[in-house]
Amino acid sequence: MTSTQIEIQLIAIVVAVACALPGVFLVLRRTAMMSDAISHSILFGIVIAFFVTRDLASPFLIIGAAVTGLLTVVLVELLSRTRLVREDAAIGLVFPVLFSIGVILIARYAGSVHLDTDSVLLGELAFAPFNRLTVGGVDLGPKSLFVMAGILLLSLAFILVFYKELKLSTFDAGLAAALGFAPAALHYALMGIVSVTAVGAFDAVGSVLVVALMIAPPATAYLLTDRLSIMLLLSALVGIVSAELGYWAAHGLDVSIAGSMASAAGLCFLLAYLWAPGRGFIAVARRRRRQRWEFAETMLAIHLHQHEDRPEAAAESREEHLLDHMAWTPRFAREIVARAERNGTLVRRAGALQLTPPGRKLARRALAR
Amino acid sequence: MLHDLFFDYTLRTVALGSGLLGLVSGALGTFAVLRRQSLLGDTVSHTALPGIALAFLVTGTKTPLLFLLGAALAGWLGTLLVMGVTRTTRLKSDSAFGIVLSVFFGFGLVLLTFIQKQPNSRQAGLEKFLFGQATALLAGDVLVMAVVGSLLLLTVVIFFKEFKLAAFDHDYGVSLGFPMRAIDILLTSTLVVAVVLGLQTVGVVLMSALIVAPPAAARQWTDRLGRMIWLAAAFGAAAGIAGAVISSTTSRLPTGPVIVLCASGLVLISLAFAPNRGLLWRWARQLRNRRRLMVDAVLLDLLELADQHGDPRHPHRLETLQAMSLRPSSVTGTLADLNARGWVRAEGADGWILTPEGGREARRRREALGGRP
Repeated sequence: MTSTQIEIQLIAIVVAVACALPGVFLVLRRTAMMSDAISHSILFGIVIAFFVTRDLASPFLIIGAAVTGLLTVVLVELLSRTRLVREDAAIGLVFPVLFSIGVILIARYAGSVHLDTDSVLLGELAFAPFNRLTVGGVDLGPKSLFVMAGILLLSLAFILVFYKELKLSTFDAGLAAALGFAPAALHYALMGIVSVTAVGAFDAVGSVLVVALMIAPPATAYLLTDRLSIMLLLSALVGIVSAELGYWAAHGLDVSIAGSMASAAGLCFLLAYLWAPGRGFIAVARRRRRQRWEFAETMLAIHLHQHEDRPEAAAESREEHLLDHMAWTPRFAREIVARAERNGTLVRRAGALQLTPPGRKLARRALAR
Repeated sequence: MLHDLFFDYTLRTVALGSGLLGLVSGALGTFAVLRRQSLLGDTVSHTALPGIALAFLVTGTKTPLLFLLGAALAGWLGTLLVMGVTRTTRLKSDSAFGIVLSVFFGFGLVLLTFIQKQPNSRQAGLEKFLFGQATALLAGDVLVMAVVGSLLLLTVVIFFKEFKLAAFDHDYGVSLGFPMRAIDILLTSTLVVAVVLGLQTVGVVLMSALIVAPPAAARQWTDRLGRMIWLAAAFGAAAGIAGAVISSTTSRLPTGPVIVLCASGLVLISLAFAPNRGLLWRWARQLRNRRRLMVDAVLLDLLELADQHGDPRHPHRLETLQAMSLRPSSVTGTLADLNARGWVRAEGADGWILTPEGGREARRRREALGGRP
């Protein structure tokens, strides 16, 4: 590996972790799409700050953009507080307006400068190492690595210091307010962190892919654990895996690193979605099937139990009768009977089904519930 | 300018295309907004990217219709995934939207960069896809829009009852035995096609605004679904045409953003001025209510004073009434109101007396409010 490759991977990992940490709270608070809104409307802030400073490298660009991110959050809240539009519509109304103004400003006044909209939206990680940070003539490393590391430390500090408060206000905002934890202030602080992260990451991975790195790793972790602390660790881990996997896939195929990272994050999510123990698609499908079988077997036991030792028992306990009484398909009925026989809840005697003592117990227990 | 709108080929085509687009996306967006899926438009427009790239990779041609097909397929797959994830996991729709849109977009980016590395291909027009290029609309594109748009609107007309059920009471539909999941998919598919139709005109980011803004504006003016759809279509068309015309008058004014700003302007106007729901009306209603309550309060306070004093013709000072009131600053104005109605009269420098008529009115109101007659 060349030093450039190592630097790119370092930046990718730092960006992924910096995005994943605040993303955990976005996913848990059901405001994931706020990251999409913020990452688009910061274009407006970047343009305005650029007009003021006339310098694309100015730190005011980050501040201006972060302020716009907060402005988006405030506007969305003002709009949904009128109760004239719902929150999702409010998000969908606010960010296109800010984005549009940004695009128009760029088109009209910044056409000659290097500030074009697709670089904001897409970003290119491969170019990140060329922008060096030099202090007194000494080359310290890529500038975006330092910027993102700073942002990562900031959000890490924020989460560590306010861990208890964040946890409480995320899972029970009402209780947090009642106990005097100022959930609104925390909410804005969190959104501020999201804005700063989105701005810092946009020139490395572009604004749309910031969303991928903020949402996909936490969502993956959410499918795997019930504990907030583990979810934070897991999503950072998924972020790192996506960064590495994405980088090497992009390296092999010679394609966009950011896009490849987002795809890798999506792949991680897909794997968790399918195979997460107890909660994944396959586990849920299997559990539902088992429950269906157990339910049908119990129903069968109850049915036989109701008619046992009665005059109609002979007719009711015939296997064909199940088809119209239970509205089962022949195949399903056969499977259930076979399963019940295997489990020893009934026996077949001369074409009729008869409960065994365990089968009777199953029926009685189900009826007693 | 009006002359140009009819006789300038480019402007006529662009205005017609944008208007049609606004009309169709406004009408179909109505359902998305009502079903709290406003961000579906945003998701679909982003997920379309890998579809377009794949269509190009597979066929190697740049036929717009093929792009539409690829985009629609990818968008459709994306929305099905969103529905699947929200139905089978504990993730909520916001996370599902976020993941699908960003991951699909990222994958699309991978495909695009892959295409650009191929020796036999030129740029596949990513810029155009991201920001749209209304000025590049041709008469043929507009024709496609008109045909596909009519089909979409026809679908809404045919399935109006089912779509209404899906928008307002999904569970009731299930209990009536409607195949609600199929209806959901059909409804979402119409939206997917509408979004894809607009991508090359206004671009990925701004297409989502055309889905949300016209219905959000229309919602303020009416409580009926049918009327809301018509209004949203009209607002969308107006925004499209106005945006096209405004951006044609100034150089370097991109059409898509201007259309979005026009639509958002309509939303602002609707939020402020729409009868009954609008903020201005709400404010006026609050003012009126407050005034009515003040009239009651001051009238009853005067009656209370008169009762306690024993002599109904003894004047009571303004300061006394202000001390009794919750809003002392409004007492003077309210007394003027009451005076105009002939229920109180001034006596001396700052004394006020209930007139006999005012006394009767005050007693009647006190009784109506549950006090003694």
